[in-house]
Amino acid sequence: MSHATVPDTHPPAQRGWYKRNEIAVTPLLFLAPAILFFAVYVIIPIAQSFWISLHEWDGLGEATWVGTANYERLLGIGDQNMDRKFETSFWNNIKWLVLYLLAIPAGLFIALFLNQTVRGIRIYKSLFFFPFVISQVVVGLVFSWFYLPREGLLNALIGLFGFGPVNILGDPSMATYGIIAAGLWPQTAYCMILYLTGLNAVDPEQVEAARLDGAKGWRMLWYVILPQLRPATFIAFVVTIIGALRSFDLISVMTNGGPFGSTRVLSFYMFEESLSEFGFRMGYGAAIAVILFILMLGFIAYFLWSMYQDEKGGR
Amino acid sequence: MFPTPIEKRSRAAQLSYQSLLPLALILWLLPLLAVANFSIKPESDFVNGNYWGLPSSFDLFANYGRVFFESNMPRYLLNSLLITIPTVIGAVALSAMAGFALGVYRFKGNLLIFFMFIAGNFVPFQILMVPVRDLTIDMNLYDTKTGLILFHIAFQTGFCTLFMRNFIRALPFPLIEAARVEGVAEWKIFWYVVLPLMKPALAALAVLIFTFIWNDYFWAVVLTQGPDAQPVTAGITEFNSQFRAAYHLMSAGSIVAALPPVAMFFLMQKHFIAGLTLGAVK
Repeated sequence: MSHATVPDTHPPAQRGWYKRNEIAVTPLLFLAPAILFFAVYVIIPIAQSFWISLHEWDGLGEATWVGTANYERLLGIGDQNMDRKFETSFWNNIKWLVLYLLAIPAGLFIALFLNQTVRGIRIYKSLFFFPFVISQVVVGLVFSWFYLPREGLLNALIGLFGFGPVNILGDPSMATYGIIAAGLWPQTAYCMILYLTGLNAVDPEQVEAARLDGAKGWRMLWYVILPQLRPATFIAFVVTIIGALRSFDLISVMTNGGPFGSTRVLSFYMFEESLSEFGFRMGYGAAIAVILFILMLGFIAYFLWSMYQDEKGGR
Repeated sequence: MFPTPIEKRSRAAQLSYQSLLPLALILWLLPLLAVANFSIKPESDFVNGNYWGLPSSFDLFANYGRVFFESNMPRYLLNSLLITIPTVIGAVALSAMAGFALGVYRFKGNLLIFFMFIAGNFVPFQILMVPVRDLTIDMNLYDTKTGLILFHIAFQTGFCTLFMRNFIRALPFPLIEAARVEGVAEWKIFWYVVLPLMKPALAALAVLIFTFIWNDYFWAVVLTQGPDAQPVTAGITEFNSQFRAAYHLMSAGSIVAALPPVAMFFLMQKHFIAGLTLGAVK
């Protein structure tokens, strides 16, 4: 053990202020740099965004106070219509949120399929996982080539069954689903690895006992295995929700919001309003970000509450 | 073990499982295999409409050679490396200290600070975008690697602290108490007692943060522009407009851009997975 190497330092007779308050002061010193960084780059900017969202600002000149006008315009309060781009983005976010959750059962399914001990299974597990390691930008490129009407492999495959070429990313009614499918690929891999590690920790005695009682197949999975996979499911749920609401890279790379703005989500629309070539509308963008933040806050509160319950159970 | 081990099933089941495995894998990686195939084809294949068949000649070296010698790709790769490595060191150092403080000491507000780190780690990037971009411009760090590194360190500290603190909590506390009884200074306890025990956590986080930062795209677009500072995820857009519609070169470029984290993963698999499961699933 390494503490054996610590030199023997008996406390000197005269103890300074630091020595006397060591236990109280040390944690503050150790926390200071992390808190400083985190406050400057994360905590304070959240408050600033709220503040900016109450202004009209091009990012350079003076910001003009407009109160809640940005929100009223977004949500269509008063005698104006809801911002149509905002409406599309919002519903697309809901689609992302719901469909992205498919990654959890899909990941569980693949994990169950791979939870064997045949030769070479470790390689298979890594290869199934590895879409998650690739950057979303590359995943986006890979899938946009996969979907190409002429050169894409997808159309070649469905052509074999006599269906005819579809231009998924060019069709406003399909493009969002095409992007979500691309996003599900790495996300499923992530959920799979969570469940594979979870399955490793499943208590074999319980499984054997259940088997003796005649449980098998679905009933075994539902009543014996899934309850033991609760921690894995919780993390899978957290990362999938966060991932769905953060979707930006894939949309930016695959369609850039198009066709006809049909694939925008809030995070993308916010970026577009604040920094696009159409001019910088920081106030309006910040208002969109605040709405996205509030949407996410519900989930964050739930996650924190669950973690807090665990903490209370612990030491 | 669940499902029933295949060895205990019939011979037919075993054989079908063995043959299903590679098939499922090929299906799963199909989009990627298509791109890999694109990247070793000569240009003539695309002209002749041979998109999915075998390459008519093996042009791996020619295509990848052009990626490395006729584009800005090497610069972008170097930028990525110069952004990623300092971030990994910074984030791991800050969070090891913060995790030690939160995991070992009892003081008022401990849990509150801990939850602040967790919550901050979950917020949408967009709520930070305008103020962080502004701050970076004010510090004269817009379009520099330093600007990107500082932000990444700060943001990743949230996730890393969550991980470190939980890891330290699981260490045997009597070890620390024993050192205290011996009169060892607190910072020495951190350095000589806790840190050596944290090696697995440090490795897991380092690998994970490397991948996260290498793959970051959003902040690269928000805080940098042009080949002086942009990492490869953002640079690939410029690369692709340079070789517009030359699918064999664009494919080779994306594979090169994706490779370092993939290599990292295959080399450090155990640590990587330990990090991903947040240590919560054993």
